[in-house]
Amino acid sequence: MSANFVALAYLVAAVLFILTLKGLSSPVSALRGNLFGMTGMTIAVLTTLTVHSVQNVTYILIAIVIGGSIGAVVARRIQMTEMPELVAAMHSLVGLAAVLIAMAAFNNPFAYGIVAHAGDTLHSSNRIELFIGTFVGAITFTGSIIAFGKLSGKLSGKPLVFAGQHWLNLGLGIVMIGFGIAFFITPSWTPFLIMTAVALLLGVLLIVPIGGADMPVVVSMLNSYSGWAAAGIGFTLNNNMLIIAGSLVGSSGAILSYIMCKAMNRAFLNVILGGFGGEAAVADSGDGKQKNYRSGSADDAAFLMGNASSVIIVPGYGLAVARAQHAINEMSHLLTEKGVNVRYAIHPVAGRMPGHMNVLLAEAEVPYEQVVEMDEINNEFADTDVVLVIGANDVVNPAAKNDKSSPIYGMPILEAHKARTILVVKRSMATGYAGLDNDLFYMDKTMMIFGDAKKVVEDIIKSLA
Amino acid sequence: MSGVDPFVLNLTVFVLAIFVGYHVVWNVTPALHTPLMAVTNAVSGIIIVGAMLAAGPREMDIGTVLGLVAVTLAAVNVFGGFLVTQRMLDMFKKKSKK
Repeated sequence: MSANFVALAYLVAAVLFILTLKGLSSPVSALRGNLFGMTGMTIAVLTTLTVHSVQNVTYILIAIVIGGSIGAVVARRIQMTEMPELVAAMHSLVGLAAVLIAMAAFNNPFAYGIVAHAGDTLHSSNRIELFIGTFVGAITFTGSIIAFGKLSGKLSGKPLVFAGQHWLNLGLGIVMIGFGIAFFITPSWTPFLIMTAVALLLGVLLIVPIGGADMPVVVSMLNSYSGWAAAGIGFTLNNNMLIIAGSLVGSSGAILSYIMCKAMNRAFLNVILGGFGGEAAVADSGDGKQKNYRSGSADDAAFLMGNASSVIIVPGYGLAVARAQHAINEMSHLLTEKGVNVRYAIHPVAGRMPGHMNVLLAEAEVPYEQVVEMDEINNEFADTDVVLVIGANDVVNPAAKNDKSSPIYGMPILEAHKARTILVVKRSMATGYAGLDNDLFYMDKTMMIFGDAKKVVEDIIKSLA
Repeated sequence: MSGVDPFVLNLTVFVLAIFVGYHVVWNVTPALHTPLMAVTNAVSGIIIVGAMLAAGPREMDIGTVLGLVAVTLAAVNVFGGFLVTQRMLDMFKKKSKK
């Protein structure tokens, strides 16, 4: 087919991808959007098969079937709690694919129409594009593997920090760019491979110092990188399809990183430089004296909630760890039947990736209308009878608003402390991710219910029924 | 426009696409941020187009082999990304109806 036809088909696919993202403004239009996305991808792949230089159609189709089957099986089997790991793993695949394509393009630029004659060397702009596409891809690849390891628990979630870490990274960055310049001057395999190796190492070193609590930012950031890597390859191959789709993904990931940083009141650079959550023990020394708290039973909680007119549930990741999502839905069902107005308040970092808690609640069939975002529900806490905090800690810590000396001061929180009664389900009085004590637990109107989240909720259900 | 370097044309498309992405993504409801990430995983699987071009030339050499590996990796993303997004969105839909 003619090059013009191919370019126009890519344009159609690009528009469909934009509509895919646009559809995600509501759950109903999102399903149609996903179909647009699949259609766009099908158009892009089929069109590419008609390109004259694409001859190995059989092998390519076999590769698609193999990869596609793996993807389909994983998509069906994955647990919703494991979504962050899956997403991280997929970012690494895009990164690796980018590196492999860059190598292939460098090996034989004539075959991809990058140079006009066989044996020609690359133009200077092609060399820069190839360099950028390769190192972004390489950093995405190894960085995402480390993120995957930390999220899946195969690697420790603790930040790995050592003296001179930032200087080492800076030094490696300079070495990498140095070999990039060497590649620019004389395009040969040696500087190219050294540069790629350094970028792979840098990907590892950039992610190891970042703690488990900051993973929502890291996953979003790598999401962005994977988009830039695809766009970089688009520059190398002069392919607008890759540039457009890559930029869409790149800006999406960047926006998510920004939203996550804002939700944790952290500067992006501060997250990236890492080390947060490592020195936790220092922070909670507090005033040293034993503070009093009130504890109660599941029966007390059932009584309080059963007689309330409004209840807000604040779920945290601890809820998902205890696999209590279905139990909590059953509980809110019983409360709703008693005429209680039940809603869920979601903090942006309630899960381990942006929007994670919403998916976990959706899986448990919690009605979409009951799940409310932080900004919308915060001014309603004052008129609420009972707040049930379950598996969450730092996101309801009033110190973020009141205590200027607190490390989390300024972080937006769910204002649970304003409610008439606060119930907190927790395993023990231990601190949260940030390692901070939480004044909410010691308020006169707060009742602590100790135990496993699922067990406690099940006891509440028994008591309500 | 005949004298314009392809790089400049690429850059034009790149910058405009970033603007489109920026405005579209801000309209995504926070409740769907996880599906957004999953679907962008699928969309970044568009690198499969580059991989197919790399795997294209008839005579097999290191470049085409690397290209075929890249096609396989990208296909995992394309299928995995769209299908897992579908699965998640179905969960959201189920409850909206009730």
